[in-house]
Amino acid sequence: MGIGREQVEHVAKLARLALTEEELTLFEGQLSAILEHANTVTNLDTEGVEPTSHSMPLMNVMRPDVIIPSIGAEAALANAPAAGDGHFRVPRILEEEG
Amino acid sequence: MSTTEAPDLVTTIGLEVHVELKTSTKMFCGCPVGFGGEPNTRVCPVCLGHPGTLPTMNEKAVEYTTKIAMALGCDIAPRSIFHRKNYFYPDMPKNYQISQYDLPVGERGSLEVEVDGEFYTVGITRAHLEEDTGKSIHVGGGGRIHDADYSLEDFNRAGTPLVEIVSEPDITSPAIARAYATELRAILEYLGVSDVRMEEGSMRVDANISVAPPGERGKKVEIKNMNSLRSVYRALEYEERRQREVLRAGGTVTQSTRHWDEKAAKTKELRTKEEAFDYRYFPEPDLVPLEPAVEWLRQLREEQPELPIERAKRYERKLGLTPYDAGVLRSTKALGDLFEEALASAKKADAKQVSNWVTNDLMSVLAAVPEGTKNPPLTGSNLAELVDMVAEGALSKSQGQQVLTKMVETGLGAREIAEESGIKQVSDEGALEEAIDAALAANPDVAERLRSGDNKPFGFLMGEVMKATKGQGNPKVVSGLIRRKLIHPD
Repeated sequence: MGIGREQVEHVAKLARLALTEEELTLFEGQLSAILEHANTVTNLDTEGVEPTSHSMPLMNVMRPDVIIPSIGAEAALANAPAAGDGHFRVPRILEEEG
Repeated sequence: MSTTEAPDLVTTIGLEVHVELKTSTKMFCGCPVGFGGEPNTRVCPVCLGHPGTLPTMNEKAVEYTTKIAMALGCDIAPRSIFHRKNYFYPDMPKNYQISQYDLPVGERGSLEVEVDGEFYTVGITRAHLEEDTGKSIHVGGGGRIHDADYSLEDFNRAGTPLVEIVSEPDITSPAIARAYATELRAILEYLGVSDVRMEEGSMRVDANISVAPPGERGKKVEIKNMNSLRSVYRALEYEERRQREVLRAGGTVTQSTRHWDEKAAKTKELRTKEEAFDYRYFPEPDLVPLEPAVEWLRQLREEQPELPIERAKRYERKLGLTPYDAGVLRSTKALGDLFEEALASAKKADAKQVSNWVTNDLMSVLAAVPEGTKNPPLTGSNLAELVDMVAEGALSKSQGQQVLTKMVETGLGAREIAEESGIKQVSDEGALEEAIDAALAANPDVAERLRSGDNKPFGFLMGEVMKATKGQGNPKVVSGLIRRKLIHPD
């Protein structure tokens, strides 16, 4: 079971990656190989086995609702590529293309 | 009912309500939660999405969400997990929002609402826990996202615990939708889990509405930006009418998202989505599942407060109050609590009298106080003192209203204010009779006319006596004395 050209294009679009024709062909082959490899698992009989989202037998790990001082705006913005008026400044946001 | 047209078209509405929880800290880090403030001051590496940081669940937020789900009659999931909802928008620094997907905290609940004496049950699909986003300011191009030059991001709100409550599409009119949102807000306020301030965005309502002939499915239109309960009603009423007109004219409704413009009183179409977003949900690997212990759930159930609709029913059945009075008293938890405290400490006044003071007089005084009904600035025992003073005749009704206004302004007790301001009611017959005689002496024709059976000057005489006593004469005693003296002098 491989992956089609269209699916590679769709995934690239979702990840905001602009790929060339050569790259699309390359990744189509690589992704198909990975999926095929992973696909061997489907040969196992999983009848009656609950889907596993977490492999560790841990649950309800929580913290008390107690304030920890924040780092302050100056430190928060220190690594920002652009900032202004105490805000992170980001390039113009374009709406999702249909 | 808003629909006055022939019932050949059916309206179907579902509501999606988001509420910010009133915890001290954010969902996955210890940054404080708050409204307003300098931008990016309530942030840390976790809520800024720095590489290598890990989220940890806030136990209070989990508790509050479970309480909400319980109050809405949901089944509490024995196991629930978080998912990542991936999207490209700068209001979440991680590029995904931690939310819940197929295993939310609560599912399959319901809410009973009342509209004009009719009861409706609205199904609750789910209640799930997620994190709120940051806030964007679009700069340039008139502040609109499409034409802006750039945007500024404030992450103070990013990571605030947020509960999403989704209703079934069981709502058939804008009036029921408003009643649902009102009831839900009251329940959340009673639970003490959220500030539920729509104007500040701690409660946000989105709606899906479609209109179609019975048995058919209409095109869903999503409405956003309804910032008050009133705009929920107005926006849905507008949209219902608009869709009906389109269908009547033989047109088709386009599936779209529309924005409610309060000033223009219209919904306006946003960019139409041709393709549903693909959020690529997957289980959040950095968080472990929630598996609430049976004992913990039992304890939470015990802590659940009486819900507003139960309280109203109790007031009607046990105290004999009218549905209207019970409805006002239960509208906020604080108002009902104040009423009950006052009733418990009143020595003379009964439930009906105390209720009248709250629903009529106090409500009109509180109208001028911001958040007054959520946080009335007087105690139940002070209110009881006032109501008793009027019931005993120490104050007239209108003097009582004067004192009540001052109580709300100053926070002082009724007796204290009455004494300091010299507000009292004179019921002493001797003193009042003197005042009546003086008024009659100054207006000799009045006595003559009253004796001869002409009742017209009665009001005038009452007024003169009240003036002479500086408004302190007990009107009942004064009118009784006048009657005895002149009208039935036996």
